[in-house]
Amino acid sequence: MIQRVANAALLLIAVLVLNFTMMHLAPGDIADTISQSMGGADATVMQQIRAEYGLDQPFLFQLKTYITKVLHFDLGYSYFYNQPVTTLILEKLPATLLLVISAQLLALVLGILMGVYAARNRNGFFSFLVTLFALLGYSAPVFWTGILLLIAFSLKIQWFPVAGMVDVTISGGFFTRALDIAHHLFLPMITLASIFIALYSRLCRASVMEVLGTDYVRTAKAKGLPERSVVYKHALRNALAPVVTLAGLQFSAVVSGAVLVETVFSWPGLGSLALQSIIARDTPTILGILFFSALVVIVGNLLTDIVLRMLDPRIASKG
Amino acid sequence: MIRIEILKPFALAMTSVFCVGASALAAEEPTQGGTLVMALQQTPRHLNPAVQSGTATGGPGAQLFAAPLRYDEDWTPQPYLAESWEVADDGLSVTLNLVQDAVFHDGEPIKSSDVAFSVKTIQENHPFKAMFEPVTAVDTPDEHTAILKLSKPHPALMLAMSSQLMPIIPEHVYGDGQDPKAHPQNSEDVVGSGPFKLVEFKRDEHIILERFDDFFIEGRPYLDRLVMRIIKDPSARSIGLENGELHLSTFESVARDINRWKKNDNLTATPDGYAAIGPLDWLAFNTASGKTADINVRKAIAYAVDRNFILKAIHLGIADEASTGIHPGSPLYNADVETYALDIDKANALLDEAGYEKDGDGNRFSLNIDFGWPEMKPKAEYVKAALKKVGIDVNVRASADFPTWAKRISTYDFDMTWDTVFNWGDPVIGVHRTYLSSNIKEGVIWSNTQSYQNSEVDSLLEQAGIETDSTKRAELYAQFQEIVADELPLYTTNTLPYHTVYSEKVGNPPLGIWSSSSPMDLMYLKGE
Repeated sequence: MIQRVANAALLLIAVLVLNFTMMHLAPGDIADTISQSMGGADATVMQQIRAEYGLDQPFLFQLKTYITKVLHFDLGYSYFYNQPVTTLILEKLPATLLLVISAQLLALVLGILMGVYAARNRNGFFSFLVTLFALLGYSAPVFWTGILLLIAFSLKIQWFPVAGMVDVTISGGFFTRALDIAHHLFLPMITLASIFIALYSRLCRASVMEVLGTDYVRTAKAKGLPERSVVYKHALRNALAPVVTLAGLQFSAVVSGAVLVETVFSWPGLGSLALQSIIARDTPTILGILFFSALVVIVGNLLTDIVLRMLDPRIASKG
Repeated sequence: MIRIEILKPFALAMTSVFCVGASALAAEEPTQGGTLVMALQQTPRHLNPAVQSGTATGGPGAQLFAAPLRYDEDWTPQPYLAESWEVADDGLSVTLNLVQDAVFHDGEPIKSSDVAFSVKTIQENHPFKAMFEPVTAVDTPDEHTAILKLSKPHPALMLAMSSQLMPIIPEHVYGDGQDPKAHPQNSEDVVGSGPFKLVEFKRDEHIILERFDDFFIEGRPYLDRLVMRIIKDPSARSIGLENGELHLSTFESVARDINRWKKNDNLTATPDGYAAIGPLDWLAFNTASGKTADINVRKAIAYAVDRNFILKAIHLGIADEASTGIHPGSPLYNADVETYALDIDKANALLDEAGYEKDGDGNRFSLNIDFGWPEMKPKAEYVKAALKKVGIDVNVRASADFPTWAKRISTYDFDMTWDTVFNWGDPVIGVHRTYLSSNIKEGVIWSNTQSYQNSEVDSLLEQAGIETDSTKRAELYAQFQEIVADELPLYTTNTLPYHTVYSEKVGNPPLGIWSSSSPMDLMYLKGE
């Protein structure tokens, strides 16, 4: 375990160096986009900006400064948001976590239920429908799904709001506000979950089918346990290991999916911040988000390991 | 007693006549109150236009801060924070007489020293140095008189005194010694002078503004609240406008959406209101090196590129024709210049004359074309197709993002490029920079990246910059536009199709020359 953590730390440093180098290799710099946002700037102003960001220094010096700052937990300052990057990211993180975790849970629950159902009723019509629906969600581009849902449920049937996370005209206590956020969360959550439902349900179906054919399941059936109990207590627990592994690996994909979903629904999270910063070449913010994403993925993988050990003690002993 | 008794019925009758009159007028009479929700396309860095240019800050900034002047639809300055003003005969000073009793949002009076402080802050921190460059001092003989002293006549000052460019900020708040560009009260607890005060600014979410009850114009603003929702995705804005969640959106430019809104009975979409901002699309040439350094090649390209096709097929009829570097909505626009109507034969003849014969495959030479942002790609592809007809092989170069493109253009690594440039009010602020030979500055985008040099143009612009007689000034600019249309450092094709979209519930939407970067104290919600 200690070795795993040390590896993770090394990996983070490598990510830092790589990110910074790649950003540096791109032609043009933040001074250009700052001047763009100003509607054009004077030569002296441009020089000032470049000096302010240390862009006139040699590359290795800039890299050293950056790494030193990050090691002191200073991710720099975002020009476009006029805030320290750390503050900015921490401000946006809750919205993204809410979206990503709720979508991931929804996808897992629905995926597993659909997978088990499909495994038990292999040739049923409903099972076919479920598979079809899941595949549609998987193959449709997520921003397209989002816009279609918006047209259907915000424009044609006006059930859900178009954009944002809260309705500023609503005021009230905690419960009213939570309900308002849930109301805004619904469409983006469904959209983001739609990609992963298929993935989880297909895997779960295959996995459950495989487990249902094993000896211990036959034993459980033979000793007269009800079908339902056999499937959910004995088979599912063992069938879940690959699904959980995949979910852990997919966590990074969920985060990157959030970029598109957040943009379509103007969800004020890290995803839309990432997109905006890339367009604006807001180097400190991009580097900060990449750093945080790397952190999230590494922590996500560690968590997956832990859950897997809980599901299947054999993994822990293998070390 | 008796007399009053007798008169009473008459007086009542008179009152009822007045009431009838008032209710008949009610349809046009602005109503007080209500919350109007409008869309913003981007999060402003902060809300203080004194130290931040651009319309993202200008929109909310113009509500929070008042300026000396405001402008109507036909470029006439109107009193605002300055109830009157005089320009001295020699043009070397401008006197502003401020409204009496005007106060900032914290209740402190707005004084002439605040005007002096604002000018100084803008001079030191705003990226548009040309705006207040000739201002040498601001004299404050009394609390309500500010005299701007100039080193040379500076007619551009009049447009610069609008909300977008010259907000009056309180010295007792922003003059506390902190760097005004990084002042914490640029984003929260803003102390302004304008019709609305700040309730909340949440980046990427919204800006909530509330009526300032002690605003110096009695009875205004009409709205109780103005909510600006930051929605970056055009489809989401579009749906929001159509389902009624949004009342107003400015700077919309997606042709498909605009044409759909035009058919919607509940919405109005209009291109009015962008003349001072003055956004233009043009094809810029590298006049210093490569084939485009040859004036005949540039002219041939202009003759081969069909402006009409661009207007009708690419912009679907929602952009206006423009043929010089000054916006056609400006009184200084000269429509009477060479417009290079499509003429393939002439283009071919010019290229032959320039000595570029066609080879066996019908090709003369190759050129690169760049474009700064994805929306410009169709135009670049069109130029490729159009120039193929006259034997020029065009290679369309994509840029990964804005800085990549800006780097190429500002280091002169290009033949021609599509570009969008804003006039920003007076030509001195946004037009001169493109043509002055003194503004050829490597590494600076939107300087004279065409490397265009003409001493006659330099001197015309210099004269126009200080000419106080508006007729003579217009003549100078007319001459300038003729020369640059002939020498063609860039070929202007159209105005950017910015549109303002508003619901039928909105009265007095911001359709003046500064669009939403102007005070919206007159805007109201019908039937509130």
